[in-house]
Amino acid sequence: MKYGLPFEWIVAVRFLYEGRLQTLFIIGGIAIGVGVIVFMSAMLAGLEANFLKRVLTTQPHIQVVAMDQVARPLRDPRQQTEDAIIQKPTQRVVSIDQWQSILQQLRAQPDIVTVSPTVAGSAFAIRGEASRSVTLTGIEPQTYFQIVKIPDYLVAGEARLASDMVMIGFELANDLGAKVGDKINVSSASGGRQVLTVSALLDFGNKGANQRSAFVTLRSAQSLLGMIGGVTTLDVTVQDIYAAEIIAQHIASANQVVADSWIKTNAQFFTAVQAQKSTNTLIRLFVGLSVAFGIAAVLVVSVIQRSKEVGILRAMGTTRGQIMRVFLLQGGLLGFAGSVGGALLGAIALYYWHALARQADGSELFPLILEQQLFVYTAVLATLTGLLAATAPAVRAAKLDPVVAIRG
Amino acid sequence: MGEPILQLENICKIYNQGEPSEVAVLREINLSFYKGEFVAIMGPSGSGKSTLLNIIGLLDRPTTGRLFIHGQDTQSLDDHALTQLRGHSIGFVFQYHYLISAFTALENVMMPLLADQGFPDAAMKARARFLLAQVGLEKWMDQLATKMSGGQQQRVSLARALAMNPDILLADEPTGNLDTQSADAVFALMRRINQQNGTCFIIVTHNHDLAALCDRIITVVDGQIQTGAPVSRT
Repeated sequence: MKYGLPFEWIVAVRFLYEGRLQTLFIIGGIAIGVGVIVFMSAMLAGLEANFLKRVLTTQPHIQVVAMDQVARPLRDPRQQTEDAIIQKPTQRVVSIDQWQSILQQLRAQPDIVTVSPTVAGSAFAIRGEASRSVTLTGIEPQTYFQIVKIPDYLVAGEARLASDMVMIGFELANDLGAKVGDKINVSSASGGRQVLTVSALLDFGNKGANQRSAFVTLRSAQSLLGMIGGVTTLDVTVQDIYAAEIIAQHIASANQVVADSWIKTNAQFFTAVQAQKSTNTLIRLFVGLSVAFGIAAVLVVSVIQRSKEVGILRAMGTTRGQIMRVFLLQGGLLGFAGSVGGALLGAIALYYWHALARQADGSELFPLILEQQLFVYTAVLATLTGLLAATAPAVRAAKLDPVVAIRG
Repeated sequence: MGEPILQLENICKIYNQGEPSEVAVLREINLSFYKGEFVAIMGPSGSGKSTLLNIIGLLDRPTTGRLFIHGQDTQSLDDHALTQLRGHSIGFVFQYHYLISAFTALENVMMPLLADQGFPDAAMKARARFLLAQVGLEKWMDQLATKMSGGQQQRVSLARALAMNPDILLADEPTGNLDTQSADAVFALMRRINQQNGTCFIIVTHNHDLAALCDRIITVVDGQIQTGAPVSRT
C-alpha cells in the first residue's frame, strides 16, 4: 500500500488490478475506440488541410469584381417600355468603380487579412513566329503573393516583378521557346504593346493554367489593357475561411460590386468538406458512446461482483461518498489508460497508413499531422467519458444497503 | 456496572408495514449493554437475531423505538453521521468473514483506519501489525486474504473489527463456518480480547456450548426477548 495515495485511489486501483483480465479487455476496447478517433481525426484533418491548401493557395477567399453591365430598357415619358426585346449587352472588361475607397474600407475590416487589387484581361504573347493567347494578370506582388503563393509554384527564375518583367507558366514558355531572361512581346486587343523579360517560370499543376498564365505588375497590365488607374478585381483573404461567404455578402451589400466567396465558387468541394466533417463527428460520437457503454457495463458487473465487499466497507465506516468515488475513479482510470493506449494505436496506424496510402503521382495522400493538442483532447475526453459512464454504477454502489449487500 | 454503553428502548422492526405481507420481526425490545460484557444472543432461525444485531450495529433502522450509544440518541442522525458513529464505535465480525480479496491481511486490517483518515501512514500500519500479532497472525501479514484458511480469515476479520478500538464488537455467528478446533480458538481469542481491552462483545450464535461461556445469554423468540431467560445480570 503506497503512502500518499488517498483511500479511494488505493481501493480503486486494487479493484482494477484484481480483476486484471477484465480490466485489460475493457482497456483494449477503449484503446481501439480511442485509436479510431485519433486516426480518423488526424487523417481527416490532414486530408482537409491538404484540400484546403490546394484550393485556397491558388485562389483568393473572396473575389470582388464590378457588377455585370445590364441593358436598360428604353421607356417613354409615361414609363412604358418601348422595346419588347432586351438584348443582354456584351461584357467589357471594366474597372471596379471607386475601387480605392473599397480597398481602404476592406483593409480596415478586422476579419479580413489581405486585399490585393488585380487587373486581368486577354492578351497575346508573341516571340518570333510563335504567338499564344494568354490571361494577363497585373498584380501587386507583395500583397498578391500572400494570397496566391506564387513562389511555391516556381520552376525557374525568381518570383519578382518589375515594370518590364513577366512571370509565365512553364508550358507557355515551352510553346514560345522562351526561358528565364528571354524577352517576349505582349500585346492586347485594346492596342497596348510592351516587350517584357521573363523573370520566372511557374508550374500550377494544371496544364491549362501553365499554358495561359502571365503575371505582370499592376501598372504594366493597366497600360497594356487600356485601363489606366483601374482594377478588375480585388482579391481578399479572410481570418475564418468558413465565414468567407457571409463576409462576401456583407461586401456586396455595402458596395456596388459583386463579391464571390470560395464557398460559392467551389460549392461541391465545400459540401464535400462539410460532409466529411459531419461524418467524422458522427463516428466520434458513436465510438465515444460505445466506449462509454463498455465502461459502464464492466463497472455494473463489478458493482454486482463486489456488493458484499461494498457492504463490508460500508459496515466498517466507509461513507457513501467514498464508495461512489471508488467506482468513479475506476471509470476515469479505465478511460485514461484506454486513451493512452488508443493514442499509441492511432499514431502507429497513422504512420503506417501514411506510408502506404499514396496518390496516383506517388505523393502523400495526406500530410502527417500529429498535434499534441489532439492527444491531450482525446485523453481528457476519454477520461471524462469514463467518469460519466461510471456515474450510474457508482451511484448504484453508493446506494447499496449494507444489510442487503452483506446478506447477498 | 455504571452507565450502559448501548441501550435499546421499545425497539420494533416491521417489514412491509401497512401491506398484506406485513411482518413484525422485532417487538418491544428493551436491552442494555455495558462495557466489558460478553453477551450471547440465541434463538431459532428467523427469530430476529440478525435483525437485532443489524439495528444495534446501525446498519438498519428500527421502525419504532430508540437506540442510544453512549447516551446519544441515534434516531435523529443522518446516514453520514450514522456511518461515522458506526466506524468509530462498532466493529463487525460476520460468519463469512468477508475480507476484501484484493488486499493482504495487513491491508484488510488497515482498511477501517484508512477509510476514516483518508491516507495511509506508518502509525496505521503499526496498529494493524499489533492487532494481527494479537490474533496470532504476525507471520501471515502480507498474505492475500483469500489465500488463508477459514480460521485465519476469521481472525483477520476480528483484528479488522478491532482496528478502530471500538467499544462494541458485534459478531454474527463468527464460528458458524469453522471446524470445532478453529471455532474454539477464535472464541477463546474473542474472550481474551474482551478481558484485555474491555470491549463489549455481542455474539449471535447457535452453539450452546460457546454461549454457556458468555457472561449472559439473551434469547430471542418470535421477535421478542424470551421471558424466563437471564436477560440481565443486574
